[in-house]
Amino acid sequence: MTGAVDITLLVNGKTYTGRAEPRVTLADFLRDELRLTGTHLGCEHGACGACTVLMDGRTVRSCLLFAVQAQGHDLATVEGLAPAGGAEGLHPLQEAFHRMHALQCGFCTPGFLMSAYELLQSNPRPTEEEVRTWLSGNLCRCTGYQNIVEAVLAAAAEPEPEAHQ
Amino acid sequence: MKPAPFSYFAPRSLHEAVGLLVEHGDAAKVLAGGQSLVPMMAFRLAMPDVLVDLGGVGELEHSRVEGDTLVLGAMTRHRAVQDMGWLRTRCPLIVEGVELIGHPAIRNRGTVGGSLAHADPAAEWPAILLALDGEVDAVGPNGNRTIRAADLFQTYFTTALAPDEILTEVRLPLPDGAPTGSAFVEMARRHGDFAVAGVGTQISLHPNGTIVDARLALIGVADRPVRAGSAEAALRGHGPTEEVFAEAASVAIGEIEPSSDLHGSSDYRRHVAGVLVRRALTIAARRAAAA
Ligand SMILES: Cc1cc2nc3c(=O)[nH]c(=O)nc-3n(C[C@H](O)[C@H](O)[C@H](O)COP(=O)(O)OP(=O)(O)OC[C@H]3O[C@@H](n4cnc5c(N)ncnc54)[C@H](O)[C@@H]3O)c2cc1C
Ligand code: FES
Ligand code: FES
Repeated sequence: MTGAVDITLLVNGKTYTGRAEPRVTLADFLRDELRLTGTHLGCEHGACGACTVLMDGRTVRSCLLFAVQAQGHDLATVEGLAPAGGAEGLHPLQEAFHRMHALQCGFCTPGFLMSAYELLQSNPRPTEEEVRTWLSGNLCRCTGYQNIVEAVLAAAAEPEPEAHQ
Repeated sequence: MKPAPFSYFAPRSLHEAVGLLVEHGDAAKVLAGGQSLVPMMAFRLAMPDVLVDLGGVGELEHSRVEGDTLVLGAMTRHRAVQDMGWLRTRCPLIVEGVELIGHPAIRNRGTVGGSLAHADPAAEWPAILLALDGEVDAVGPNGNRTIRAADLFQTYFTTALAPDEILTEVRLPLPDGAPTGSAFVEMARRHGDFAVAGVGTQISLHPNGTIVDARLALIGVADRPVRAGSAEAALRGHGPTEEVFAEAASVAIGEIEPSSDLHGSSDYRRHVAGVLVRRALTIAARRAAAA
């Protein structure tokens, strides 16, 4: 069974099917097979957080999970963050990142957004220290963390949006 | 940075999982949370031909309290333990230790069984198990056996588990009776990194205020987690004072053999370990006095 197998995934509420070997990570499967390239890959060994997605509402490193393992779970990627597929504008976290210059090259941004999303789901009004601690598993190599933390705090100060289901 | 090819099996029962390990022998590895194994596969430090994913083995996900023992199925995620609100007051050592593991996304996936089986000498779970005199169950082709914490960890990334054995359950005795306090403290280069050194402790007080029981488990300071037995002996029968804790710290750093690496020299680690022993004991004593 090292050969390609059929893999069916539920991503951002939509069912996708593709084929891949069991060794293909969820991150590679999302990007190469499903062409959902919003999820980025930095280190490919769990250290940088760029590949962070939600599985059943909780963040996971999609480089440390094989696509075959994600079957039967509810996945959400950065593409699903904006309500109505973006037709109704950005998610408040994305808005805040945009407004407050929380990204420069944007490589780390999808991972930060998904991590911050999980934080605000469980703790809608975090302190600055809680934001910093929570995001410690995401690395940014160019913007610096100050604006990212401020953007998350700004988004937290806004009324709760209708998030992706 | 891509794992080498492997065959993937997702057994639905423990029986089936053991059967797969017997069938494939040394070529097979079990996959739990994947937070250590998959990075090793990405680096090609591990190239198993067969992966047996325990993710679908529901029998391994239970957690309950039996009398004064916390029972955790091997597939209990770090996050699930962190979320046990009552445990934070009953045995802060456990929750504080678990909170020091990596980052939220790592704790959402990583498992207690995987951490213990992986046996990183700087990992928190092995110290929690050791400090609480816990034990684990393992099942293999010849049936079930119980391994005490003191017998589980052998050296770097090596345990008493045989390659065809699966760790199934972890049992942690919780404090009862005497006023008890515990704590887990560590020093890491960045939040979420593996510890340069760390200390888990639990102390219990006699009604007259002296220490009747003391446990000290140290990580990052040897080829495996270490119980500082002589330092524990130096605490018993004494009052929980600064001088007694300083003495215990100086005894404890004689019981460890830190190695030097990128993150710190052997001497530095020894020094940090001593500071952490005092710090952990001070917090635990304060909690015991308030209990
Ligand atoms: C960025 C990052 C930071 C981290 N920081 C820390 C940290 O600070 N402290 C810390 O302790 N850990 C840390 N970890 C590791 C994490 O805690 C892992 O979850 C843990 O070490 C392994 O558990 P797992 O369930 O992921 O096991 P896996 O990675 O799936 O397996 C690890 C090993 O154990 C074996 N195994 C797994 N389950 C069983 C079982 N039930 N029976 C027999 N063998 C089994 C596997 O075959 C494999 O050899 C970090 C990981 C990452 C990626
Ligand atoms: S790419 Fe997954 S953590 Fe870096
Ligand atoms: S915006 Fe460039 S790495 Fe973070």
